Amino acid sequence: MYPNDFRYTKEHEWIKVAGDEALIGITDFAQHQLGDIIYVELPPVGKELAVRQSISVVESVKSVSDVYAPFSGQVVAVNDELAQTADLINKDPHGKGWIVRLKIKDKKEIDGLMTAGDYEKFLEGLEH
Amino acid sequence: MRKTRFNELHKRLGGKMIEFCGWEMPVEYSGIITEHMAVRTKAGLFDVSHMGEVLVTGKQALAYVQWLTPNDAARLAPGQVQYTALMTPESTFVDDMLVYCIGPEEYFLVVNAANVDKDFAWIAGHTKGFDVKVENQSDAYSQLALQGPLAEKILQPLTDIALSGIKSFHWAKGKVLGKHCLVSRTGYTGEDGFEIYTMDPDPGIIWTTLIEKGTPLGLLPIGLGARDTLRLESKLMLYGNDISDKTTVLEADLKWIVKLQKGDFLGRPVVEKQLAEGLRRKLVGFELAEPGVARPHYPVYVKGQKVSEVASGTFSPLLKKAIGLVYLPIEAAVVGAEFEIEIRTKKAKAKVIPTPFYKRTDKK
Repeated sequence: MYPNDFRYTKEHEWIKVAGDEALIGITDFAQHQLGDIIYVELPPVGKELAVRQSISVVESVKSVSDVYAPFSGQVVAVNDELAQTADLINKDPHGKGWIVRLKIKDKKEIDGLMTAGDYEKFLEGLEH
Repeated sequence: MRKTRFNELHKRLGGKMIEFCGWEMPVEYSGIITEHMAVRTKAGLFDVSHMGEVLVTGKQALAYVQWLTPNDAARLAPGQVQYTALMTPESTFVDDMLVYCIGPEEYFLVVNAANVDKDFAWIAGHTKGFDVKVENQSDAYSQLALQGPLAEKILQPLTDIALSGIKSFHWAKGKVLGKHCLVSRTGYTGEDGFEIYTMDPDPGIIWTTLIEKGTPLGLLPIGLGARDTLRLESKLMLYGNDISDKTTVLEADLKWIVKLQKGDFLGRPVVEKQLAEGLRRKLVGFELAEPGVARPHYPVYVKGQKVSEVASGTFSPLLKKAIGLVYLPIEAAVVGAEFEIEIRTKKAKAKVIPTPFYKRTDKK
């Protein structure tokens, strides 16, 4: 379920590193918790983000949730398709439903994030 | 947490369970938008057993119901149902409710889950001087709502009641799958459909058979999430959001449930005063002119001044836009008027629009 080459946060973001950039989205668990997603507020390209700063706001029919920067960096791209089809996050949370691409400022911040195994254990803990 | 008699069946269908008013209830099964559209186009089945039921009997049952409510219960013949309210002396809401006329000395009140204990205390506390008996039957009753254009087609083969003979806001007693039930053509969705009440201690077969027979026709089980979006599109009130003990019946734009010619009732003097002096504020419908969703309690501004908070607000799955209800100062509470809603950190433009947001065309 949770790709082995991704990293994860306790706020249910996933991070897919490629060179000095990384894609960020929300996990399948998060999209399931939110339910039908109808609107995603995206940051401007070029914006500098500090770690744990809000990157984006995801609205579902029943609730609203922030997406936080898992590490510090600069927005290099946003998923424009979400403007028309926000439910891509429901349909393909770990793929076409990516939200932003960030340029990584300090790779050490990535090392501190959870692996797929860590995240799955973390989720098991939430269910009890 | 309290459980309805259908609790295990919801879990078996994959219902996402949440706590609601002390009950463990399904909030969604297949997704709010999918469920919502199933009710608008085919059919949906809801477990609403958390609702409260109070039976009023006695020689003065009618006079007593008339005293507690603004609508005219004397207009009800046995077999009819009326939307009304339990009102405070300030003409605000203890609750809104349905009154079923069972007979000239017997009325059945259906109230909100959140208010059952408070309502029953209110009802029992106002019997003095009336020859009536009141009984809280909430624990004994299960209630299902079968809603949507295919509701009658799905239910008819399973009951000995001739459903085509039940008009809107009417009821009949009979058997559904061998279980004694009261079935009314009522609901909280704006669609045609039925509410099915039973005191049978083991009513599970009604749920499972409706699901089994309805599924091939497009019926889905519906959770509380879509129940809220459906009722809001049809501008049906939610106690605690749109009406409360702080809002009067006239402010809530429910003048149609106030029948002054019927005689005296609790709250009447305040109703008359507000009618004479005019209202300071009124509940209106709005749409958001920008992307996003205006949710309950978001601050509302008219000409830069904070005037209230969003009462109800959601994304309308049918209209595909953000809609809601809000109390606005009377001068701003007119169709077309623009105002602002603070959504998190920014102010978004909103506009008063006509309600209900959705109205079905094939009214029975």
